[in-house]
Amino acid sequence: MYRIVAKKVLAPTIKLFEVKAPKVAAKAQAGQFIILRVDEKGERIPLTIADFNREAGTITTIFQEVGYTTKQLGCLEEGDSILDFVGPLGKPTEIENYGRVVCVGGGVGIAPLYPITRALKEAGNEIISIIGARSKDLLILEEEMEAVSDKLLVATDDGSYGHKGFVTDLLKQVLDEQEVQHIWAIGPGIMMKVVSETTRPYKVPTIVSMNPIMVDGTGMCGACRVSVGDETKFACVDGPEFDGHLIDWDLALRRMNIYKDEEKRAEAAGSCGGGCGCH
Amino acid sequence: MSLVLEKTPMPSQDPKERIKNFDEVATGYTKEMALKEADRCIQCKKEPCRQGCPVEVDIPAFIAKIKEEDFEGAIKKIKEKNNLPAICGRVCPQENQCEKYCTLGKKGEPVGIGRLERFVADWQLETGRIEEPQIPESTGKKVAVVGAGPAGLTAAADLARMGHQVTVFEALHVAGGVLMYGIPEFRLPKEIVQREIDYIRKLGVDIQTNSVIGKIDTVDDLLEQGYDAVFIGTGAGLPYFMNIPGENYNGVYSANEFLTRTNLMKAYKFPEYITPIKVGKRVAVIGAGNVAMDAARTALRLGAEESYIVYRRAAEQMPARKEEIEHAEEEGVQFKLLTSPIEIHGTEDGWVKGMTCIKYELGEPDESGRRRPIPIEGSEFFMEVDTIVMAIGQGPNPLVPSTTPGLELKPKGTIVAEEGTGKTTKEGVFAGGDIVTGAATVILAMGAGKNAAKAIDEYLRNKK
Repeated sequence: MYRIVAKKVLAPTIKLFEVKAPKVAAKAQAGQFIILRVDEKGERIPLTIADFNREAGTITTIFQEVGYTTKQLGCLEEGDSILDFVGPLGKPTEIENYGRVVCVGGGVGIAPLYPITRALKEAGNEIISIIGARSKDLLILEEEMEAVSDKLLVATDDGSYGHKGFVTDLLKQVLDEQEVQHIWAIGPGIMMKVVSETTRPYKVPTIVSMNPIMVDGTGMCGACRVSVGDETKFACVDGPEFDGHLIDWDLALRRMNIYKDEEKRAEAAGSCGGGCGCH
Repeated sequence: MSLVLEKTPMPSQDPKERIKNFDEVATGYTKEMALKEADRCIQCKKEPCRQGCPVEVDIPAFIAKIKEEDFEGAIKKIKEKNNLPAICGRVCPQENQCEKYCTLGKKGEPVGIGRLERFVADWQLETGRIEEPQIPESTGKKVAVVGAGPAGLTAAADLARMGHQVTVFEALHVAGGVLMYGIPEFRLPKEIVQREIDYIRKLGVDIQTNSVIGKIDTVDDLLEQGYDAVFIGTGAGLPYFMNIPGENYNGVYSANEFLTRTNLMKAYKFPEYITPIKVGKRVAVIGAGNVAMDAARTALRLGAEESYIVYRRAAEQMPARKEEIEHAEEEGVQFKLLTSPIEIHGTEDGWVKGMTCIKYELGEPDESGRRRPIPIEGSEFFMEVDTIVMAIGQGPNPLVPSTTPGLELKPKGTIVAEEGTGKTTKEGVFAGGDIVTGAATVILAMGAGKNAAKAIDEYLRNKK
């Protein structure tokens, strides 16, 4: 069992957990993820690592309540335990001094972007961060991102904070104004797709972090297949980071929706149908 | 005493009923059936059956105990050599092993050794008369076992019996490996696997689940942490795909994913269990090994109306056990032989709607000794299916080999290990099971685990 030592509600549907998992924390690096299973009847879901504390032996994960399991997870409180928690999985981010780097984060994707941005900053890069959310109350980790960036730009879809519009509007401006050596983009699939399309004409290498459906997370099942260039890759062991310009985005977005109907059925049948009604 | 030339039949669920449930198909011998079958054994002097057992069970001796109705004595005899008898009695290919050499088999059917093994193992699990194993005095040596599948569990159990302190690291949330994620409930109930694993724990083996070696610790880390030897039994956990167009459409599964969702995650009990699985009306399973049969039969139980085995060679070349093929046929699985897909087609929103197949004819034998399938030009046809399961084999999972410098690998990624000992090119590191041989059987992996345990014991005794 893995104990939740801290819980924060970052936005109505976005929660932060610090989970005691010393062995995972000892080896975790930016860009990696974990897989957890809440209880005996639960499914295994991948969640990105938002931070790690080797001394305290904790992993920080931030998730949005989008389906049965994340809602069930959101109902857990400090002191509760998660049955299974395995990681760190996937390949770490290749941190180097690239020069000027733009880090683009959307929604809950800002969470895994944060440790990557921090590591890139520590490696000597000049960091321009662009973060966005649907509205101000859904924007997370603004202060943390600001602390590891040379410049931070914010966009909200509804204009309740920062630029009204998409992170890609701001990204385009940045690319028009200066030379950029590398881009990291993490967020909803559609955002990463649009970022990749935006940066393609500028020929700036663009790394995205895929979060497809997974089961084991060790390369055993192939559920997380991603088409990259002419090759099929497994996001769990070959990724989760890939060259955004080579990904077959339509395929990737469709594969995310395989179990949409089942997700609704699980929620309808479950006792933990959302919010914190079960507590 | 006259010879009885036919095996006592194994009682089983009616095919029409059993495709509606995940309960075990073969329900097992009753006491009377077991006594009757045991009586067929003539206790011949040569004991040829023993040479067919990869884990060296004293078969005539345990059958003699059954004849005496000493079931406790029988299971004890088996457990001297075999730590997982309830599993082996169910999934070993006995027809190619012990039973192949049975003297009775020359005149009629061999003794049902596997069925008798299962009977006494189940008898023990049901009566709960599981003896507290005697744990020998500690040698003070520590061994790490990577992977809690058949190879790792066997090695761990034997090493514990030799007095070594054993820790098993398992990537998944339960121990058992392919016994838990791969082989279906209707062929190997998970409760049986769990009880056998509980027994191994009783021997003093510490099993750490949720521990992915290569990620939390490498093999070198384990050696540095004070383990005196490491056994790698990480199996064939890398699914192969065909690399044909359309393979990533929604509705194309690897057999590993299809079976893992169903068995390990219990998707057949969705939504009580939260892991979903999507099975359409017309399912094609590509391949004809045991895994393919498992997938095709699972598809029926999950509600498929038609379940097909699509295989590019002919019936004689199907690698699955005869018994598995017969069970599949009884349940209504349809066989499209000398046929293989060359392209998968999808709907506009990305779901499988069918595949273009091509017919084959058999040519000269290839390097595997089987006649090579040759595509027939112009024989393409469309097969309407909405779910496809790729069961064309698995390769070695690279997670451990790729993070262990000093391990020599074969071109396909399996670990080079000495036959009979499992010794690798790296000091103190042994390997066995599918990670060495490529995808094979549970019992061969157990045999490799057993041999490696002996070799590790010897290594530890000679080590300063």
